[in-house]
Amino acid sequence: MTDQLESFRAETRAWLEENCPASMRTPLASEDEIVWGGRNAKFPSEDAKLWLQRMGAKGWTAPTWPKEYGGGGLRADENRVLQQELKRIDARPALYSFGIWMLGPVLLEYANEEQKKEHLPKIARGEIRWCQGYSEPGAGSDLAGLQTKCEDKGDHWLINGQKVWTSYANYADWCFCLVRTDASVKHEGISFVLIDMETPGVETRPIKLISGSSPFCETFFTDVKVPKGNMVGRLNGGWEIAKRLLQYERTNISGFGSNTRVDVVDVAKAHVGLEDGALADRDLRARIAQHKMFERAYALTVQRAQEEAKAGGNVSHMASMFKVAGANINQERCELMVEAAGNRAFGWAGEGFSQDELAVTRGWLRSKGNSIEGGTTEINLNVVAKRVLGLRDTQ
Amino acid sequence: MTFTLNDEQRMLKEAARDFFREQAPVSRLRKLRDAKKNGRDPELWREMSALGFAGVIVPEEFGGAGLGYVALGAVLEEAGRTLVASPLHSSACAGASALMLAGTDAQKEEWLPKIASGEAIAALAVDESAHHAPGKSKLKASGGKISGEKRYVADGHIADVFIVSDQEGALYLVKGDTKGLTRRELVTADSRGAADLTFDNVAAEPMNGGLEALEQILDRARIGLAAEMLGQASEAFEITAEYLKTRRQFGQVIGGFQTLQHRAAKLFTELELTRSCVWAALDALDRNAGDIAEHASLAKARAAETLHLASNEMVQLHGGIGMTDEHDAGFYLKRARVAEALYGGASFHRDRYAGMLGF
Repeated sequence: MTDQLESFRAETRAWLEENCPASMRTPLASEDEIVWGGRNAKFPSEDAKLWLQRMGAKGWTAPTWPKEYGGGGLRADENRVLQQELKRIDARPALYSFGIWMLGPVLLEYANEEQKKEHLPKIARGEIRWCQGYSEPGAGSDLAGLQTKCEDKGDHWLINGQKVWTSYANYADWCFCLVRTDASVKHEGISFVLIDMETPGVETRPIKLISGSSPFCETFFTDVKVPKGNMVGRLNGGWEIAKRLLQYERTNISGFGSNTRVDVVDVAKAHVGLEDGALADRDLRARIAQHKMFERAYALTVQRAQEEAKAGGNVSHMASMFKVAGANINQERCELMVEAAGNRAFGWAGEGFSQDELAVTRGWLRSKGNSIEGGTTEINLNVVAKRVLGLRDTQ
Repeated sequence: MTFTLNDEQRMLKEAARDFFREQAPVSRLRKLRDAKKNGRDPELWREMSALGFAGVIVPEEFGGAGLGYVALGAVLEEAGRTLVASPLHSSACAGASALMLAGTDAQKEEWLPKIASGEAIAALAVDESAHHAPGKSKLKASGGKISGEKRYVADGHIADVFIVSDQEGALYLVKGDTKGLTRRELVTADSRGAADLTFDNVAAEPMNGGLEALEQILDRARIGLAAEMLGQASEAFEITAEYLKTRRQFGQVIGGFQTLQHRAAKLFTELELTRSCVWAALDALDRNAGDIAEHASLAKARAAETLHLASNEMVQLHGGIGMTDEHDAGFYLKRARVAEALYGGASFHRDRYAGMLGF
């Protein structure tokens, strides 16, 4: 570790000591406390608002983005130090943001200067909340079959069509959207546009899931006029950007479950009990141990990929592998949790069940989506087989 | 923690890879088997020793290279790829670790230089039943003599010296030609060979340490074997993936069928996860980390599960040819099961891991 990095650590620690409010150094009590930012941002507390303002001003909501676009301008090793220091004090993320996780990285790579200056700083400060217009009723796994029409009307684009599974579209300010600009070809007829959700003709409708929550929407576009400058990359060049963005999304979804409060071992100890120091149900115990090993192996592999990326290796193709394994682990964890909790996992509402117990039930149902959203497990296995292993459909 | 090899380790790994590919491909094991050598290949061991493979972890003061476990793991991994029949694991990893951790000064002086040069082969004699159970020994020791039995001692048929555990967990050094020690050579499915040992009032030199030292030695054996297994599983997978790209049926290569693509992609994922566990465990040994036992059980259990899957898929995805003796798949399958069980299989280490995590 160089002296320079150590002095960065010292400065970071001092800054966090000064600026991270005490109440932001506790785990999230529930999903309701997540700060998503946006024009109509909701904050669970004044501290949460302050924390976002301070981190946003510092650029540390997007630590590795260039400073000129509102980021922190940190090198990868400095960012690692920052994350270690945040973890050291159990700091909550100041901001959850599809803009930071998915859109920002592709804007940095593909957008023009004007677009970067316009959008990136607002993303980093949490002023604009973004949603993702990808899937359509007729284009799920076969995403490139999308039909939302985008016509060139001279001084603007005219958009008509429907998106589905748009996460939190009903709360979002802007949407990054895949549209069809040429119907005569498939992948080469797709473009990437940015749409202000306040534009006339945009409507959203939440979808209720089996878990009872509604994190996704249907989004309708009826004669929506979009300025010409809102297309990212070239006309009909959107598929490349779409795929790159999916890599970021998959890496992100695969990180699910790492910040959950309830541990499956604690649930099992409480409801199954110990006998001679070991879980009384030996079959369940073996399966939990196997799961714990899988989880640890996954964490070590993430760490290894980060190290290899730092050493200059290209690990972006591994996103699909992480997505498959991450979804699998989270679903297995949730199933084990339900099994270990017994009938305490069958509550739906009311006083008969604790908040933690209800969260187990809802989390289990929600986890079923992990192997579907952001590309199904089957589609991601296709990607690994083709792009990593070089297996082709016909040879 | 690091997963990256330094220059010295990388060079050793490349040298091992080249050597095993050229001098000890699977066909060498096949010839040994056909000649009924039961794993005996002293010439190969001499060549490996000349390259320094026998003394990778042995400190320089005892004639070794003192390069540590990450370096030895790299050699073991490469040896695993071509199923090299040699005492690399039993002597250069398990035996050397035992002497380094529990040997008296005199024992180290006497044996480590010989182990490092490949002149002597050391083997661990721990288990006494059909399953790995280091805490269930019935071997008795009194007045410098030991009596009892040890079963399926890896490389026991070619070892010059044994490290033997007794019912208290204490360790003893016994030379192979000591009076009262009888070996029954076992001809094994993996063509590597092993031996059952019977000790009848055999003179034995006490070593330092007890149960705790035994577990530390076993953890080094487990991690080293996991590295060898990682190599086996990687090679089994790569041979199979290559076959999917060349075998044609229904007018196309079979690797174009989605059901096979998915099986290959899942196996690849398993391998990548296991690779991280094995490399992290080797690194933990070199750092002398506080959680070596956890790493050992994680690496050995994951390696066992992954190799189990990889060896089965190798046979199935090759179809009929995979069932023939002419193909190498059978060699991988047979060695897989032996390596999975040695020093504890997946269920043994799941049980141990759960215990360490407090449930």
